[in-house]
Amino acid sequence: MLFYGVDLSSRLMLGTARYPSPAVLAEAIKASGAGVVTVSLRRESGSERAGQSFWSLVRSLGVRVLPNTAGCHSVKEAVTTAHMARELFDTTWIKLEVIGDSDTLHPDVFGLVEAARILSDDGFDVLPYTTEDLGVADRLVEAGCRVLMPWGAPIGSARGLNNIYGLRSLRAYFPDIPLVVDAGLGVPSHAAAAMELGYDAVLLNTAVAEAGDPVAMARAFALAVEAGRAAYLARPMEPRDMAMPSTPVIGKAALGD
Amino acid sequence: MRIFLNDDAHDVEPGTLAAALESLGYGGRKIATAVNGRFVAAPVRPETNLTDGDRIEVVAPMQGG
Repeated sequence: MLFYGVDLSSRLMLGTARYPSPAVLAEAIKASGAGVVTVSLRRESGSERAGQSFWSLVRSLGVRVLPNTAGCHSVKEAVTTAHMARELFDTTWIKLEVIGDSDTLHPDVFGLVEAARILSDDGFDVLPYTTEDLGVADRLVEAGCRVLMPWGAPIGSARGLNNIYGLRSLRAYFPDIPLVVDAGLGVPSHAAAAMELGYDAVLLNTAVAEAGDPVAMARAFALAVEAGRAAYLARPMEPRDMAMPSTPVIGKAALGD
Repeated sequence: MRIFLNDDAHDVEPGTLAAALESLGYGGRKIATAVNGRFVAAPVRPETNLTDGDRIEVVAPMQGG
């Protein structure tokens, strides 16, 4: 699976926020087998070194980082944050978020396309957090995005895949663009469902971080992603409206009424 | 000269962004900076002169989803 020319072995991408402790975060990442983890950047005071210790931890895990522009509500804010992230994390990859609404964290798709174009033209490899809207996806690809990341449901909502039809259409419409369901997954079956639709990967955070046992849940998600991918490749049967006996009727004993 | 770093006011000697960061405890740290909303890359900090009232943002790696 190639994302911007980088071969990724794991189809599970994991966020690093909201874990009960740095040790649990590290163990969860290991248990997930994720090769890519999302990170962010926030203000740091001169006296505290929280950011420095977090960075040491992530580096020790040997995973690729995908910085985000979480919390950015304007194109300017997102673009400036992306530049800071590129320098800080020494990567051209950016998970681009331009938020349109604080309650639902619905992407501002107009700002998203504009920011994606600016950043792509400036040499960034943009992974946009978007909706399943086909028109927006088309514009993002036109703007230079070579990976798309539609939401399953609002960030942190654990509602799963809210619009399976839309996600399926997107997959059919972009057979050659890597697609990642990003956000809204709550349980491993949600991840398996995304993979069964033919999505290339899933990205999640809260479902693992806020589980009762984040390490065990990370492992559960890894298994689900693997199962969903295997099922997709095995070509699932088509659903039917009516029953069809799985046991052959021919040769059934005639035992009367 | 008064500058605002992550919204907190600081009185510093007139000079560059690099000097101000050093004096405020950020020397050698893994950080990224912006001045008045514009990204300032690390190599440019020693050449970036600050003026009274400048607003500086200093960010570091943080957990994210």
